[in-house]
Amino acid sequence: MGLEEKIPDSIILTSLDKMVNWARKRSMWPLGFGLACCAIEMISTFAAHFDLARYGMEVMRASPRQADLMIVAGRVSMKMVPVIKTLYEQMPNPKWVISMGACASCGGVFNNYAILQGVDRIIPVDIYVPGCPPRPEQLMDGILKLQEIVEKDSLKKVHEEWGRKAV
Amino acid sequence: MSAEKKTVTLNMGPQHPSTHGVLRVKLELDGERVVTAEPIIGYLHTGIEKTMESMLYYKAIPATDRMDYLAPMSNNLGYCLAVEKLMDIEVPEKVKWARVCLVELTRVASHLVWLGTHSIDLGAMSMLMYAFRERELIIDLYEACGGQRMMTSYIRIGGLASDLPADFEKKVRNIIKTIREKMKDYDKLLTENPIFIMRTKGVAVISAEDAINYCLSGPMLRGCGVNYDVRKANPYSGYENFDFDVPLGKNGDAYDRYLIRMEEMRQSLKIAEQAIDGMPEGPYRAHVPGVVLPPKEDVLYKMESMIFHFKIITDGFEAPVGSVYQAIESPKGELGFYITGDGTNIPRRVRVRPPSFVNLGALPILTEGHLLADVVCAIGSIDIVLGEVDR
Repeated sequence: MGLEEKIPDSIILTSLDKMVNWARKRSMWPLGFGLACCAIEMISTFAAHFDLARYGMEVMRASPRQADLMIVAGRVSMKMVPVIKTLYEQMPNPKWVISMGACASCGGVFNNYAILQGVDRIIPVDIYVPGCPPRPEQLMDGILKLQEIVEKDSLKKVHEEWGRKAV
Repeated sequence: MSAEKKTVTLNMGPQHPSTHGVLRVKLELDGERVVTAEPIIGYLHTGIEKTMESMLYYKAIPATDRMDYLAPMSNNLGYCLAVEKLMDIEVPEKVKWARVCLVELTRVASHLVWLGTHSIDLGAMSMLMYAFRERELIIDLYEACGGQRMMTSYIRIGGLASDLPADFEKKVRNIIKTIREKMKDYDKLLTENPIFIMRTKGVAVISAEDAINYCLSGPMLRGCGVNYDVRKANPYSGYENFDFDVPLGKNGDAYDRYLIRMEEMRQSLKIAEQAIDGMPEGPYRAHVPGVVLPPKEDVLYKMESMIFHFKIITDGFEAPVGSVYQAIESPKGELGFYITGDGTNIPRRVRVRPPSFVNLGALPILTEGHLLADVVCAIGSIDIVLGEVDR
């Protein structure tokens, strides 16, 4: 999919990195995918009062094929585990994951048979946003932190990391 | 080629923008027509009932927030009323009035989310923005009361978590005034909008007889003209003191349910206004030593209160042997808590009667013979919240 696959290995990238990262950072398309309580705060973040569109992120995609950011918003039940794995694998590279809220990050208040104790057990997570549920400002902060990570990425490095898959 | 009629099986969800979470519907389609629609649930099963059975009575309150996360205060109230019934606790008048005020505003907040998501499902994009703008006001009030935007756990056994904030009345009056004003805009945008009417009128119809047989409650039941509202039928928390109407529909279709929810929002604002007008003075917690936590101000300065506080927090209280059922009218319908005490400090069984789960059972009958696009409208008009369906 991405630009990376079209670049031969012997080329050194400096200015192209900057340009591509700048573009990627400002046009991230999140997967419109809510699980539980955090999803409502995620909608609040996208809605009128907080307005995430200011950061170039308002295009929620319903299909994983068109998205490059997955916000795991809410508790992940055991029945949902294969679904989330499939969704992650369906997203084209490069892709990022934000684990929103205590439940997605570590199981939260539910330490029992039904809830996966952290979504990082099945897919690689880039940013953890704490809170139960996190305030919209917290999610925005998480997204801005993710943008900082994206800004520092190199096309070469990302290429190497694509080996990582859902475990 | 055989001439037999063939149907196509289509999975809708669990990742679908219009299933309001992680509902999966297994559709049997004949062309564009739905033959059967079978809801498959459990993608958000959290084991909340089981979790509550291993917790002290106090500590289960935060778990109730996370069931119907659009109406956390209603869940808190249902659970606390049930435990109060089991323990035979009488709460002060002020607590009752404050609870009614908060729960009615919760109904408005929940219906606003429903309004936004239901209309975005039908293609009216901007409604979501307007609805969430007004919901923010109520969320701000939650934050002022309980310190949290959504999972407040503000209503506690025997009272409230803390006294009402100083500017409570001002905030509530502002909410009532603003939302009343904005409701006129919603009416202009949707109520007489021909596209909206075409998408909802005569769609997802259920007869009164079926609704009763399917044990539906809330706007789903009242949309067919059956007059049943727990607030009127079995008043709790002092609802008998309030003057309000129960809106009823005629046709039992999605449009009638829309009109009912809009009218319910107006009635809820009316109740909240009455509650704030007549709010009595008094303590914010019942005085039941050993069961209800003493006020925080006393805990810091009085030895006895501190001992009680410590004892309740660590050991809880022992509930008598017996079972209680307490129902409230949550925004979605009749929300009931059935609690069995066994003489220890944790309940033997907690069973929740979730309105969304029961109402969702009517999905096959609502969609049978309708078009595929109407399934989205049917799901939206039931107003499910998956946290409550799966628990």
